[in-house]
Amino acid sequence: MNSSETKFGGAVVLAVSGRVDLSNADAFKDMLTAALGNATGALIVDLAGVDYISSAGLRSLMIVFKASKAAGKQFAITALQPLLLEIFTISRFNLVFQLFDTTRAAIEKQVPDALGEFDAH
Amino acid sequence: MQVTFWGTRGSLPTPLNGKAVRRKLVNALVKGAGKGLDTPEKAEAFCQNELSFAESSTFGGNSSCVQVDTGGPDYLICDLGSGVRELSLAALGKHGPAKPQVYNVLMSHVHWDHIMGFPFFVPAFIPGNTIRIHSCHAKVEQAIRGQNHEPCFPVEFTALAAKIEFIALEPGKQYEIAGATVTGMLQLHGNDSYGYRIEKDGKTVIYTTDAEHKPENADDMHRAADFFRGADLVVFDSMYSLADSISVKEDWGHSSNVLGVELCHMAGAKQLALFHHEPVYDDERIQGILAETIRFEEITRPGDVPLKICTAYDGLVIDV
Repeated sequence: MNSSETKFGGAVVLAVSGRVDLSNADAFKDMLTAALGNATGALIVDLAGVDYISSAGLRSLMIVFKASKAAGKQFAITALQPLLLEIFTISRFNLVFQLFDTTRAAIEKQVPDALGEFDAH
Repeated sequence: MQVTFWGTRGSLPTPLNGKAVRRKLVNALVKGAGKGLDTPEKAEAFCQNELSFAESSTFGGNSSCVQVDTGGPDYLICDLGSGVRELSLAALGKHGPAKPQVYNVLMSHVHWDHIMGFPFFVPAFIPGNTIRIHSCHAKVEQAIRGQNHEPCFPVEFTALAAKIEFIALEPGKQYEIAGATVTGMLQLHGNDSYGYRIEKDGKTVIYTTDAEHKPENADDMHRAADFFRGADLVVFDSMYSLADSISVKEDWGHSSNVLGVELCHMAGAKQLALFHHEPVYDDERIQGILAETIRFEEITRPGDVPLKICTAYDGLVIDV
């Protein structure tokens, strides 16, 4: 699992790639938590590069989603591959998280002030 | 071994009501219109071949009761939910009331849906029968005796004619019960519950209901997978969706279809039976969850060997 973090105004985009499973779910949670701490408006998790996520990884997302709500920050997941979208749907996390086809769409909806900076990037 | 499901519903018996029966009937009549279904044989073939299980039948509404036939003369029954009444009627029909039988019961725990069938377990009223209630749970005798007691039930436990014994088991220790080797495991559930690994002639059945698994807890996941290791059939509490079980219903003591698949994959198990269905789910919803679970297994399968998946229903028989 790899990641990169980019800030656009109040939004932090965390792009993750690889597999997220029981072996690295804690590291995934720590990564998400740190990114949430760096965001003032929204944490946007770009999972375009993730080809598998287990229940442990989904729980990591759940924990940080709850933390974002408690902190008054937005939380979005973007760019799910078709198989990953199926996993989210079967596990019903599509009903919990705000999912967007693209990171741009998430920024436009959740932190529109950051859209110009994102487009210029 | 042969596994017969007598009760598969979680928390509370959930009978199919008249409105639901009428809906199935109307749907079947419309789908069968113009097909010349003028004999019972043709109608039966139509139901079998052209209607889904949810359209032509029901997953059923009795609470937890699963029989494991180990090939010997003595019965082995997992839990005493409302399904045990039908089991007892089938047993009496098979043997007649005059021939004494030995009924071994493995109790997962004593929440009401798992004990409520015992007052209607007809063999308990018949002299000569022996009922051995085994469990790792410390309060089984208290719960069973307390249930057959005024004001909850008119027949006192002490008035039951069968010989009834309570046998304490220790988790992790192997016991010979009804010709099978049985091992218990503590599970996460309100007031505790226990799963059982039942082995006979190289075949293994796992009965694990009312068990919550924390997916982030690697030790718990590996402990459960070790308990399921190489099982031919895992009867698994899949009451909630994964999202519900780790959010709004966290610590409610139940698990999900997704975790059932993940644990069976980790354990190298051969077949998963979804069990302890949520009472609010109708037949179409349960059938839909089965289809999704099969798909989930397909897209997350770690190797080439598929995990067989079914949904338990009242009356289902699986040869192991």
